Amino acid sequence: MSPMKFLAVLAGGALFGFGLALSTMVRPEVVLSFLRFQDFGLMLVMGGAVAVTLLAYLLLPRLLGQPLLGGYFHQHVAHWNRDTLQGSALFGVGWGLCGVCPGPAIAGLGTGNWTLLWALVGIALGALVQGWRAKA
Amino acid sequence: MDATLSLFPLGWQHYLLGGLFIGAGVALLYLFTGLVGGMSTVFSSTWSFVVQRPFFQQARFTDSRGWRLVYAAGLVLGALVWWLVFSDGTPLTTGVPAWMLLLGGFFVGYGARLGNGCTSGHGICGLGSLQWPSLLAVLTFMATAFITANLVAWGLA
Repeated sequence: MSPMKFLAVLAGGALFGFGLALSTMVRPEVVLSFLRFQDFGLMLVMGGAVAVTLLAYLLLPRLLGQPLLGGYFHQHVAHWNRDTLQGSALFGVGWGLCGVCPGPAIAGLGTGNWTLLWALVGIALGALVQGWRAKA
Repeated sequence: MDATLSLFPLGWQHYLLGGLFIGAGVALLYLFTGLVGGMSTVFSSTWSFVVQRPFFQQARFTDSRGWRLVYAAGLVLGALVWWLVFSDGTPLTTGVPAWMLLLGGFFVGYGARLGNGCTSGHGICGLGSLQWPSLLAVLTFMATAFITANLVAWGLA
């Protein structure tokens, strides 16, 4: 990885993590209060993030031939099938139980919240078991 | 005014601003590298360093595991900057019991990887590229999360 790519990826992650902390999404209690219809802030977080992402994904490939550091603009194509349905349903059960999703589990460590390591370990184990059971 | 208070009892500005920062992070990654930055894949790609099974040795994991770890380190760094500069310096804590974090985390990890995306992969990147399978995924996990969170609250009450 070139130093420039390293810095760009790190900076992108840092903005993401700063946003998760500023919006208090790193607090499981805030996420759970959304899921219990007590505070609809998560909709604003999601809406703001999707709006900026939508503009970037729509405009950047049209304005630029390729990314600033070369390569090409990737597209992650999502598919709707039984795995997506079951996986998303299970994800929601876990999210509703603990109020932590993958981004905040990682970013939360930057706020000194070591208790979140339990969630981080749980997510890593879940990903391990999923890959262990899956066919390559 | 009253509606704003009841929908957002803790205020709304920090939510929207935080969301814009998250989007800016995804956009910056895309601008410089063209990469799509969901968060759950790092939990599979990092296992490829130590687990030799064919599933984890797929190119989509081994080719991306380096930048995904750097992206995750950035996440910690950004949250650390917020904590050092904008909080009162007390480490954040949570009252959610350890077993719920561990068990919930397990379902989050298993489900996000089986369904190929989480709140950022399907929610932000997927909706941001207008993919209807991601919209269905978001509606599915929101529904089961609403049910679970309310059942837990009801059970604890």
